[in-house]
Amino acid sequence: MSEQTIDLKKRRFLTNATGVVGAVGVGFAAWPFLSTWKPSAKTKAAGAPVDVDISKLESGQLVRVLWRKKPVWIFKRDESALDALNSEDLINKLADPNGTGNSKNQQPNYVTSNYRSIVNKESVAVIVGVCTHLGCSPTYRPEPGASDLGGDSWKGGFYCPCHGSKFDLAGRVYAGVPAPTNLEIPPYQYVTDSLIRIGIDQTNT
Amino acid sequence: MKNNQSWIDKRFPLSKVWNEHLAEYYTPRNFNFWYFFGGLAILMLGMQFLTGIFLTMHYKPDSANAFASVEYIMRDVEWGWLVRYLHSTGASAFFVVIYLHMYRALLYGSYKGPRELLWILGMVLYIALMAEAFFGYVLPWGQMSFWGAQVIISLFGSVPVIGPDLLVWLLGDYAVGDAALNRFFSLHVIALPLILVVLVFLHLVALHHVGSNNPDGIEIKENKDKDGIPKDGIPFHPYFTIKDSMVVVGFLWLLCAVIFYAPALNGYFLEYANFVEANPLKTPEHIAPLWYLTPFYSVLRAIPPLFGSQFPGVLAMGAALLIFFALPWLDRSPVKSIRYRSSIYKWALGIFVVSFIMLGWLGVQPVTPVNALLARIFTALYFAFFILMPWYTSIGKTKEVPARVTE
Repeated sequence: MSEQTIDLKKRRFLTNATGVVGAVGVGFAAWPFLSTWKPSAKTKAAGAPVDVDISKLESGQLVRVLWRKKPVWIFKRDESALDALNSEDLINKLADPNGTGNSKNQQPNYVTSNYRSIVNKESVAVIVGVCTHLGCSPTYRPEPGASDLGGDSWKGGFYCPCHGSKFDLAGRVYAGVPAPTNLEIPPYQYVTDSLIRIGIDQTNT
Repeated sequence: MKNNQSWIDKRFPLSKVWNEHLAEYYTPRNFNFWYFFGGLAILMLGMQFLTGIFLTMHYKPDSANAFASVEYIMRDVEWGWLVRYLHSTGASAFFVVIYLHMYRALLYGSYKGPRELLWILGMVLYIALMAEAFFGYVLPWGQMSFWGAQVIISLFGSVPVIGPDLLVWLLGDYAVGDAALNRFFSLHVIALPLILVVLVFLHLVALHHVGSNNPDGIEIKENKDKDGIPKDGIPFHPYFTIKDSMVVVGFLWLLCAVIFYAPALNGYFLEYANFVEANPLKTPEHIAPLWYLTPFYSVLRAIPPLFGSQFPGVLAMGAALLIFFALPWLDRSPVKSIRYRSSIYKWALGIFVVSFIMLGWLGVQPVTPVNALLARIFTALYFAFFILMPWYTSIGKTKEVPARVTE
């Protein structure tokens, strides 16, 4: 031992090897702590479907319910509002009117293209009321021609107060606003003609 | 007394630390108004700790009870309103102090060599302080707390590919709620305060190693007398400890005036919507972050979505913050202080300050086409200050810097 010179190369190798093993250990030790931030079992279990009775829903009226802690709008559109959703005038102003571009994952496949509602139930829309920009809940502005939203070119819809995004009465996003995609349509079904269940897909009847 | 001191000094370097950092720490004698704010920042940190400790004794970090517990502090706890307002208004006062402290560095080139690391540590402190303020603002669980958290956390959701999963991980839920409130509370009262204390310590170690800059931008250590003491330096204690105490008195007097007569400062220090409990069904008509975050918020809003993603705006906002770190290397000027800089630099700094204030103002305004255009113009000017800096600091005629500080 006494006559031996110090092997610096070996010492450096051992130091580095110890460091690498230590870093792996830190990584494993960090995992439980980082995992505590994931939704807990209780949180995951809380996402049950929500039933909404629409028998008293008037034309033009909008009700909000919480589903998976997000606001969901259920609202009824009248004939003129539905006509407006089909107008070329409006469709030309939208970023993705058919929901086939950036918005393709924003709606289930059983909703119709311009109304974004279930077939034969065109007047009632069910939309997650969370702006696709940064998560605010847009304001319901159904009145066509609202002067603060562009006057005659406004066909009624939703306006996000946070960053000025605009959506039509089917939740389709206007072009040139901060929100990148259409509003999300949740999975939903009609249990009866007047009872909507949000959170479960429509089954073919 | 003398014996006690030597007993301690044998076991702990008390006299050594006292002398190195106070009694024999030499500070430029030409400090002016702009040099008050470092000390005041320490004062505000201490005050936030003191008031925060007492608020934590009454506050409940639970989405069902949080709002009521803050109202309980305001109405039922004796002097609770004072402790709460000292904390909430104190947060804004802290940022006033920090922004003036940072402006001082721009005025006198305090970020330039050999103080690059001092500047970088200060910038990390600034970002940690913004995080601390954001988490603190969520705790009262009012409408602005809730929707502010929603917007800021959604920024992470715009990260390509991993965004949505990252969002759920950060919130611990599929929406902002109890889980988020509880963890933000933990970060606000434990994690970030610890980080802030460590960073302040490192900031001061770096400062005392390189020494303070001064309004002339002259290194006083380059001109020492035969005892090795800078000719233009005076001991920090007692000269500046006494002077700073007077400043503290004046500052606290102003702060108390705000706390007693306008604690919410017309919605700028505490927004009206935050006196309404959080409601996940309804966003307030107009939402904006508190004033100290709005310049960066404006940059975010100024960038339209590109390629169907909000991420470019988030990147721009991040860049607006991170570009400060590059300042020591962007500035090519041979002089530090504005007193000897070229007039083109004075113009650039003036335009930058106007842009920063305008972006801050636009951040609290609703989005209109005119405001959006203005935000884009001022965002461009903001970035131009940094990107063009290597060019405009290397042209233009600087004045000759004197050998000794001027009075």
